[in-house]
Amino acid sequence: MGVLTMGVFPSLVGSGTLDFSFKLAEAAMAKGHTVNLWLSGNAVMMAKKGQRAFKDYSHLEKKMMELIGKGMETTVCEACAEARGYHKEDTPPGMKRASMDWYLAKTFKSDRVLHIGGE
Amino acid sequence: MGALKLCFVVQRPPYKSENARLALTHSISSQTAEIHLDDGDTIVPTLIFVGDGVLNAVKNQQAMKHYGVTSTENHIKNGLLIDMPVWICKEDMQRLGLTEAQVITDAEEMGAELKMKFASFDEIQKEMEACPHLLFF
Repeated sequence: MGVLTMGVFPSLVGSGTLDFSFKLAEAAMAKGHTVNLWLSGNAVMMAKKGQRAFKDYSHLEKKMMELIGKGMETTVCEACAEARGYHKEDTPPGMKRASMDWYLAKTFKSDRVLHIGGE
Repeated sequence: MGALKLCFVVQRPPYKSENARLALTHSISSQTAEIHLDDGDTIVPTLIFVGDGVLNAVKNQQAMKHYGVTSTENHIKNGLLIDMPVWICKEDMQRLGLTEAQVITDAEEMGAELKMKFASFDEIQKEMEACPHLLFF
């Protein structure tokens, strides 16, 4: 089984690209692959716990927590989060905060890297 | 123990979105990636500007004055200072009417020895082919 690292940058509400990223991560994990997820840029919206689910908007917190529970290593860009007012105490359980070098280091031992750019 | 080449390919212009800035900050962070790696392992980045992304390299940017933020010019020069190869596509410069005199060529005033490489698309293509992972911004 392989190691997939995904660098994800789009926002939660708007493009649907973040939804795609989580679906892809879930599919890869279902096949037995290891998934590392780096959330940066507007994707750090996922670093705010307690998001309310509306049927009119994408809601990924539940899915993310499920995948973290199954072993998806999920790390958010600390600077990107702080710049948007998402502090350590806002971070969902199991999510890590790190600087950008974490992402680059993860690429080192990955079989595939998918860099999913922002808007 | 080994080196992994990463190409950071910037195709978006500066300031309109966060993409170009994130390319610069992520590529520069390669300098500290080793704290997460095994001894002797290293990340070797190349930062490449293509398409509208070549506008990031325009000289004399006034981002602090107008937007209150550091300029992409400053980040590019920091990249040269840490000896990170920075390439810019000649054909795309030509397409936008940019001359070498209008873009960053070096960061001598900061003490950088490395200079901007004005590369053809063929050279860029070869560099991208040599990188196991491409990060497009």
